[in-house]
Amino acid sequence: MNLDQVELGSPYRVCVVNAPKGAPQMKGQLEDIGFLPGEQVTLLRKGLLGKGPYMVRIGASTFALRESEARMISVECYLHA
Amino acid sequence: MPESKVHFFSSEPIVALLGNPNCGKTALFNLLTGSRQKVANYSGVTVERKEGRLTLDSGKNIRILDLPGAYSLYPRSLDERVTCNVLLGRAEGEKRPDLVVCILSAMNLRRNLRLVLAAKRLGLPCVVVLNMLDIAQRQGLQIDTVALSRELGLPVLKSIGIQSNGADEIKSFLSNLDWRNLSALQTGTSDATLESVASHIAHTESDNVLVQKILQNLKLDQIIPDQLSDRLDSVLLHPVFGPLILIALLFCIFQAVFSWATLPMDMIKTAIEYFANQITEILPNNWVRSLLINGILAGLGGVVIFLPQILILFFFILLLEESGYLPRAAYLLDRVMGSVGLSGRSFIPLLSSFACAIPGIMATRSISNSRDRLVTILIAPMMTCSARLPVYALLISAFIPEKKLWANIDLQGLVLFLLYLAGILGAMGVAWVLKRFTSEQFRMNALMMELPSYHLPRLGNLVMSLWQRAEIFLRRVGGIILIMTIALWALSSFPLPPEGATGSPIQYSLAGMLGQALAHIFSPIGFNWQISIALVPGMAAREVVVSSLATVYALSSSSADAAEALIPLISSGWSLATALSLLAWFVFAPQCLSTIAAVKRETGGWKIPIIMLSYLFGLAYLASFITYRIAISLGLA
Repeated sequence: MNLDQVELGSPYRVCVVNAPKGAPQMKGQLEDIGFLPGEQVTLLRKGLLGKGPYMVRIGASTFALRESEARMISVECYLHA
Repeated sequence: MPESKVHFFSSEPIVALLGNPNCGKTALFNLLTGSRQKVANYSGVTVERKEGRLTLDSGKNIRILDLPGAYSLYPRSLDERVTCNVLLGRAEGEKRPDLVVCILSAMNLRRNLRLVLAAKRLGLPCVVVLNMLDIAQRQGLQIDTVALSRELGLPVLKSIGIQSNGADEIKSFLSNLDWRNLSALQTGTSDATLESVASHIAHTESDNVLVQKILQNLKLDQIIPDQLSDRLDSVLLHPVFGPLILIALLFCIFQAVFSWATLPMDMIKTAIEYFANQITEILPNNWVRSLLINGILAGLGGVVIFLPQILILFFFILLLEESGYLPRAAYLLDRVMGSVGLSGRSFIPLLSSFACAIPGIMATRSISNSRDRLVTILIAPMMTCSARLPVYALLISAFIPEKKLWANIDLQGLVLFLLYLAGILGAMGVAWVLKRFTSEQFRMNALMMELPSYHLPRLGNLVMSLWQRAEIFLRRVGGIILIMTIALWALSSFPLPPEGATGSPIQYSLAGMLGQALAHIFSPIGFNWQISIALVPGMAAREVVVSSLATVYALSSSSADAAEALIPLISSGWSLATALSLLAWFVFAPQCLSTIAAVKRETGGWKIPIIMLSYLFGLAYLASFITYRIAISLGLA
């Protein structure tokens, strides 16, 4: 499951970041700001009509991500971890 | 042959402040150095370099460098590249720091600690500072600094960036340090190089595991949400109310910028007229007097007159920035900006451009993506700056009848609104066209913007930042505007008119000749030779066109009511089609040379300013041509 499909307000865990072929640097960029395996992530807010940008809590910080960026982040339910 | 540079460095030790963005680093820097700060640029790049001085209790002076905020030591943005290069001792003209102070936000240890681990690998002596301890304590977070220090193998100091004595522990630590032998704070070899991609990935994983372990050992692995910020966000970022609040806020800021600035601007104008009159009385009527009044005094006036508006606008922008709202405004606008290939980050530079394009162009530094930054610079001059207002006011009051339309809407006001709108739509259109012509690879512009917790802004920090912006504006731009005004004065004054000449003196000057030549180019869009001449000195600043027109029409230009005297002259002399065409010209034309000079400075070359000059000229000519032809076909000639 990717971060753009999760339920609003529920905690998840980051599994891995999958950058698209055309932009491999996005993986490192997302990891640098905290999207690392095992970190707790919550989708806090979507824009009008459920579109982006998304407001995401990763660890203790909050980031705005575009839909395409959220789609790169693979997550799993918090309880399964 | 490339010139080899020799740098002399003072013997005072350099302490570099390193930290994630939003860790309170700049507030601590202000506490440590007070007003003893120098703001400049790093050699060769437009990244701001802030250095300050601290005198220790022992009487020793040290230099403190506030490095640009970085998420990691693997450079991804211009800011991060500068930070890495300085820490590795590879930045041009910079001495490698003697000590690195890693500033951590106590509220966000997991991400901040990864930066400490990366900094330790550099082999420089390191100290850790735990900042924002007051907020952490309020939220019930207890951090055992002794245990943290043991885990990291480095001293850990405590600080509160928003209390006037909050940096005292750092100061006393630095005072008691043996500066000749810092090896106790060093954990690796000192010949570190930039990490390769592979080793960065490996380190990211191992660091993450280590940080998790440290947090578990300190019993800090739970996450405490910032409830106040979350509650504020539920209103301020609400999908419906959020944008409405933003629009209301912007409306108030604009009202304030234009209404609060009126008084100081009038005072500046009066003062300049007073000096001009004094000079007129003292000196005989010759070119020296003209140089003093129309060159130097007008140039100084042109610099200072926009300062009130710029300062008020910057005050609000800084207020929003300090409070944490600014990235949220960018968040709210990201989708609109994204539709033309930009991101929400371009919003602030474009907003500033409504006062003057120059501070707007300077503000593009906060845009990390270089393509976005260039596009923003290119479209910034199309935002209606306040220098266009006097020209719009003159033309509208001369040609647009004062009448009410349906719903009591004022026709003159409507035209003014349409001119603002035309600029915005033109800018969006150009950005959209540039998006179509940018290859997919460069278009992958990321948002990934941190939304920090809300903070109450501190007046001291606000005043200091405002002072620095004003100083930068005066120093970097003031000189350019002054020189341009004097150069254009010379162009419009020499050669002097021959004996017994009947026309106004400007007709016989170089600017006059240039204008008469330009009249051939401009006649298809309806400009007469008087307008063409007035546009030449108008290159100094747009509002100069009004007084230049008065000069061309041989009115006494020193009188403040040149515009009022001009209205009957031009409304009987020009066709409505010409006036509309001139209005369209002013929406797009690359009118002021200072903006072009600012673009050259910010982009480090002539390529972008030349592109900007030519495309804006083409666009303005096209817009005027279409306007003029349509107006003529409607029988407005």
